[in-house]
Amino acid sequence: MSRRWAVLACVCVALLAWALPARSETVLRVAPHSNLVVLDPIWTTAYITRNHGYMIYDTLFGTDAQGKVRPQMVDEWEVSRDRKVWTFRLREGLQFHDGTPVTGRDVIASLERWGKRDTMGIKLMSFVERIEAMDARTFRLRLREPYGLVLESLGKPSSNVPFIMPERVARTSPDRQIDDTTGSGPFVFKRDAWRPGERVVYLRNPKYVPRRDAPSGTAGAKIPKVDRVEWMIIKDPQTQANALIAGEIDLIEAPAHELYAQLRRDPGVQLVETNPLGFQAGLRFNHVQPPFDNVRIRRAAMAALNQLSFLRAQVGVPEMYRTCFSVYPCGSPFATQAGMDFIVRPDMKRAQQLLRESGYDGTPIVIMQPTDLAVIAKLPVVAAQLLRTAGFKVDLQAMDWQTLVARRAKKDPPSRGGWSIFCTIFAAVDMANPVVNQPVAAACDKSWFGWPCDESLEKLRDAFARTDDPAEQKRLAEAVQVRAMEIGTYVPLGEYVIPVAARKNVQGLVTGYFLVLWNVEKR
Amino acid sequence: MLRFVLRRLLATIPVLLVVAVVVFLMLRLTPGDPAAVIAGDSATTEQIEQIREALGLNRPLVVQFGLWAGSVLRGDLGESFFFKMPVAQLIAQRLEPTVALAVSTTLLAVLIAVPLGVLAAWRRGGWFDRVLMGFSTIGFSVPVFVLGYVLIWLVSLKLGWLPVQGYRRIAEGFGPFIRHLILPTLTLSVIYIALIARVTRAAVSEALTEDYVRTARAKGLPETAVLTRHALANAAVPIVTVIGIGVALLIGGVVVTESVYAIPGLGRLTVDAVLARDFPTIQGVILFFSAVYVLINLLVDLSYVLLDPRIRY
Repeated sequence: MSRRWAVLACVCVALLAWALPARSETVLRVAPHSNLVVLDPIWTTAYITRNHGYMIYDTLFGTDAQGKVRPQMVDEWEVSRDRKVWTFRLREGLQFHDGTPVTGRDVIASLERWGKRDTMGIKLMSFVERIEAMDARTFRLRLREPYGLVLESLGKPSSNVPFIMPERVARTSPDRQIDDTTGSGPFVFKRDAWRPGERVVYLRNPKYVPRRDAPSGTAGAKIPKVDRVEWMIIKDPQTQANALIAGEIDLIEAPAHELYAQLRRDPGVQLVETNPLGFQAGLRFNHVQPPFDNVRIRRAAMAALNQLSFLRAQVGVPEMYRTCFSVYPCGSPFATQAGMDFIVRPDMKRAQQLLRESGYDGTPIVIMQPTDLAVIAKLPVVAAQLLRTAGFKVDLQAMDWQTLVARRAKKDPPSRGGWSIFCTIFAAVDMANPVVNQPVAAACDKSWFGWPCDESLEKLRDAFARTDDPAEQKRLAEAVQVRAMEIGTYVPLGEYVIPVAARKNVQGLVTGYFLVLWNVEKR
Repeated sequence: MLRFVLRRLLATIPVLLVVAVVVFLMLRLTPGDPAAVIAGDSATTEQIEQIREALGLNRPLVVQFGLWAGSVLRGDLGESFFFKMPVAQLIAQRLEPTVALAVSTTLLAVLIAVPLGVLAAWRRGGWFDRVLMGFSTIGFSVPVFVLGYVLIWLVSLKLGWLPVQGYRRIAEGFGPFIRHLILPTLTLSVIYIALIARVTRAAVSEALTEDYVRTARAKGLPETAVLTRHALANAAVPIVTVIGIGVALLIGGVVVTESVYAIPGLGRLTVDAVLARDFPTIQGVILFFSAVYVLINLLVDLSYVLLDPRIRY
């Protein structure tokens, strides 16, 4: 009898399985901010490659939306009393996409490669005596002297991120791009479906072991909730908007500001601010060529710059920009107005007077304007007008962004193919403290383009890196800002946000620093 | 005839060589650095220099050209700095959308423009001629992207008949392939309809004033036969020439349409490569375009033999 029942049950199950429709695959179609061409997130600092990295790799630590570093692959860790020995233990069950377990050896190789290329990694490694694997899941960092930013470095959320790769991949020279995209992150890169310039495909990683805490920033549970993510490379902003309204894609990472009104009107579309810190606009002087090799002339120019003029011209949508008189993002822990009087109260008459007193001889200043990069194209035009009013002789030169990128690396005089000023934007997360904030550094030739040079400023940055006392960090960050503004390393021009546009059935977008696609579902 | 073809094919070699040298030098003299693009916005000068070295960009120009020319002679167009795949493979991947768009646009344009042009010539000076010439002026004047957006707004967003963007390969099914091709083809064909209709009108108008047309009419041939067998046949050479030039332009010049409709074709590849200073890809694509130009011109020249019995090679 029981046998008969068993047969009947089997038949019923088989019939049900046949009758019920197979669960359809959920596909999230995303228009990313740029085309993915380089797959190695250690080799390039390009944001699109960083985003690709977060899809397929995991990190030892993450940074939550409040800026707090939280463990990610790490289960527990301890620090010796002299703060020179850091021991980390990985979570149980972590494995790469190919099924091999993640071990301390993989971590060490990954950190060593990252530490040869990333600015923060290089800094950390200069304090590291050696890294050693204790057992399969434990590794140890031995420092020569205490360093205040160990966890901040391992959990840094922006490029280059210390992603953990298998040892065989991480042993690749940092000067060469990796070919193998095996990671241990929430998604798996589907290489055979990758068509550069057209489509990038990721599949849900069924073996991923997420944390249990809530997702926030790059920390917490990274649960892939769709079966497949497709990055559709649509370059034209209007076409992106049309495709979203028509439902052909589910999400636009960075819609153009002028399209928000159209997107807002559509009942099927929502705007979600996933990155409240947003972006900081900035103006950079060339410190090695006249006239901006003269600090008095730099300060005269700084007095003429008015954040609101830049923001109104560039963004135009008042709720999407804000003035911010700090080199650190407003709302982040180190934000301060110290040393910022010149831009809190811009004064054209004072700028004109300062310029007269500075000994400016009328040398034309070359401002580079990238006409093809909509998110910054208007900033140089405003700078040119303000500086002309202040009394500068301005040569505003239009060019494409790639020409600018190549030209800004040249130290020649502006009259011989060099430059005096360029404007750009920085992701706020990359400006959060004196170590990651590149334009605030003044390490001469080792500085970012513009090459400011100031020993006292570098000493302050080094002191900040060494301390882990929050009050002391705050004091030093403020001192760095004051000195940076005294010598005019660069000028912050305000902040703006670029909310994500998504279909209304897209839920679970994680708030943090940029678009991450774990936890996102289509209802 | 065979000697003519061989001579023309041999003549392509110096043409392609000159193109190769000029493109190579122009790219190297144009400001821009692929290493800086690859390195990303936050990269240091040192990192950019490392990438330049890895890509071989710090070698002398002569060495760079020699290495590239040598590999082209062996049939290898090199590897893209950005896409990390052979340029030939990249071109092959991007060829189908562009060819599909070029063929569909040409077919549509020819099927509409030639009859319209003949009719306008036949009724020269009449209302039909004036309306057609008016429309062709508009067809020339309306920018492709404006027409593209208007069509998308009307046909895709308001009526919901066709997709807004994207391309489906023919292997993915004929239905999706055609559905994704209709709007770009309509957008692009307007300008070619205007061009071909005008040339057809001018050529047929001229033919209609010839003695053989008067003779044909005098011997009582029906007007359709006069128009097609005499006027159109004798006006075919300039019409075919403009169609040939049109096809060649289409292969390389569909950049805006491909951008508006997010079609991953050769036009977009070229723009992406230029903006990223992807030297091997730009060089390879331009060489390919040049070869296509030469080939299409050769085919147009050969077609003259069929169209005009007086022409012999």
